[in-house]
Amino acid sequence: MEIFTLAFMQRAVIVALFISVVTPLIGNIIVLRRLSTIGDALSHAGLAGVTIGLCLSFSPVVSAIIFSVLSALTIEYIRRSFPNYSEMATAIVLSFAVGVAAVFSGFVKSTAGFNSFLFGSIVAISNFELVTVIVLSIAVIIIMTLLYRELFYISFDEEGAYLSGVPVRSVNLVFTVLTAIVVSIAARTVGSLVISSLMIIPVACSMLISKSFLHNTVLSVIFALFFTTAGLFVTAFYDLKPGGTIVLIGIAVLVVILIVRKQR
Amino acid sequence: MAILEVKDLSFSYPDKSILHRISFKINRGDFLCVVGTNGTGKSTLLRLILNRLQPTEGSIKLFGTDSSQFKDFGKIAYVSQKATAFNKDFPATVEEIASLGLYSRKGLFKKYTKEDRKKVHEALERVGLAEFANKKIGNLSGGQQQRVFIAKALVSSPDIIFLDEPTVGIDIKAVDSICCLLGELNAGGITIVMVTHDISSVIYHSNKVLILSEDGSSELISSQEFTGRSLMNLQHHSHKEV
Ligand SMILES: Nc1ncnc2c1ncn2[C@@H]1O[C@H](COP(=O)(O)OP(=O)(O)OP(=O)(O)O)[C@@H](O)[C@H]1O
Ligand SMILES: [Mg+2]
Repeated sequence: MEIFTLAFMQRAVIVALFISVVTPLIGNIIVLRRLSTIGDALSHAGLAGVTIGLCLSFSPVVSAIIFSVLSALTIEYIRRSFPNYSEMATAIVLSFAVGVAAVFSGFVKSTAGFNSFLFGSIVAISNFELVTVIVLSIAVIIIMTLLYRELFYISFDEEGAYLSGVPVRSVNLVFTVLTAIVVSIAARTVGSLVISSLMIIPVACSMLISKSFLHNTVLSVIFALFFTTAGLFVTAFYDLKPGGTIVLIGIAVLVVILIVRKQR
Repeated sequence: MAILEVKDLSFSYPDKSILHRISFKINRGDFLCVVGTNGTGKSTLLRLILNRLQPTEGSIKLFGTDSSQFKDFGKIAYVSQKATAFNKDFPATVEEIASLGLYSRKGLFKKYTKEDRKKVHEALERVGLAEFANKKIGNLSGGQQQRVFIAKALVSSPDIIFLDEPTVGIDIKAVDSICCLLGELNAGGITIVMVTHDISSVIYHSNKVLILSEDGSSELISSQEFTGRSLMNLQHHSHKEV
């Protein structure tokens, strides 16, 4: 237990808790609207931002946020030109992001730093990053709560929402930007490569159990909190990569739920 | 005052002209059925009225306001042809879906009160689904789901409800119960515009019929006249068979 009294570990736990609340909040909407590829594209955009940040010795988290938000806006823009083929927009942005990350990664001096963003790390969080994560997470939670009905309506029936006066375009735009922010701040602890799983696995688990939208939202947060705290424990004791550990725990729980459900 | 007034409306998709100089008017309390073969533009007409599409020519007025300027969303409700085509695994209860209907009266960031919840329950009772309030919507039958969407339309106490083929794909008894429900709502003062292929609901519940033809023209007649013509057609067919 001593390890949890260490300052770096406390920071890691706090960051992980905040991330476990915001990630499934976003993930819920992403899954229900079948936008999973957007999560992927934006997390790669975040990684491209990290790479550029590391190259220019600029805060990687901040440059991840900037790059990922810009990518989110680009996706929205391309989507408007091809309304019925929105996956194309994400594919274009994703390949661009991977290209940028690949080119700039050649110039990154510390491969350890780069790796920590790929798979997550619990030792690397600075005080500045801690504050960034807390402030942005609280902002995301507030906005998601305010837009709860609008997002629910749009996820269920976008045209109906529009006809009832929901400002669909603006809500979509705000949501995409929030997604970009969340994938960037989550990159720190869980790593860019596994964020989209942390968005989706808790939601998958709760969807197997819950009947209502509200329960599904709350339950997915509870699942995510469980996965990350359990993941951090295991990581700390066995010196593993947190991102991978968290995701594997999530998958294990999902499999258990699937099996239990089958037997009933 | 006419609640809906369509004047010289024409509409074409880039590759295809659909509606040609359509004009008709309906008043408060009317029950209008829109009929026509597949692809004659019935759904397109509803989408034009609801300002999801813009007319190539002509004008549409809702409550005296041009439909492109119309912002009083609480006065109208719409049950789409694809209403029941949602993902059956979507985690939402019957009550949650019906509550969405409140939005058109409330708008952004408004709080929902006990009164609002009561309205939702009344609407669910009205469509006979009160005891299903906490069931997952995807687990209901097609006819029940359609009634949930009618309840969703009712919670905002609209003046006019647009329905696009609400009775497709459900059994005759469920069709009857939905049509009777619409008839009752209409008797209670709600104006109804329904696209349908179901001739019996036209005959028993509506008072006006808009017939769309494949050449893009339209004709508004009374239900009696429509009934008369249908009977003539029937006779005509039976004569031919003899
Ligand atoms: N977005 C679109 N772009 C181009 N053409 C379209 C589009 N939507 C519909 N159409 C065409 O317009 C015509 C009218 O379509 P609409 O859906 O209004 O018909 P409908 O009368 O509702 O038919 P149904 O009885 O099958 O519901 C059809 O021929 C259809 O192929
Ligand atoms: Mg149609």
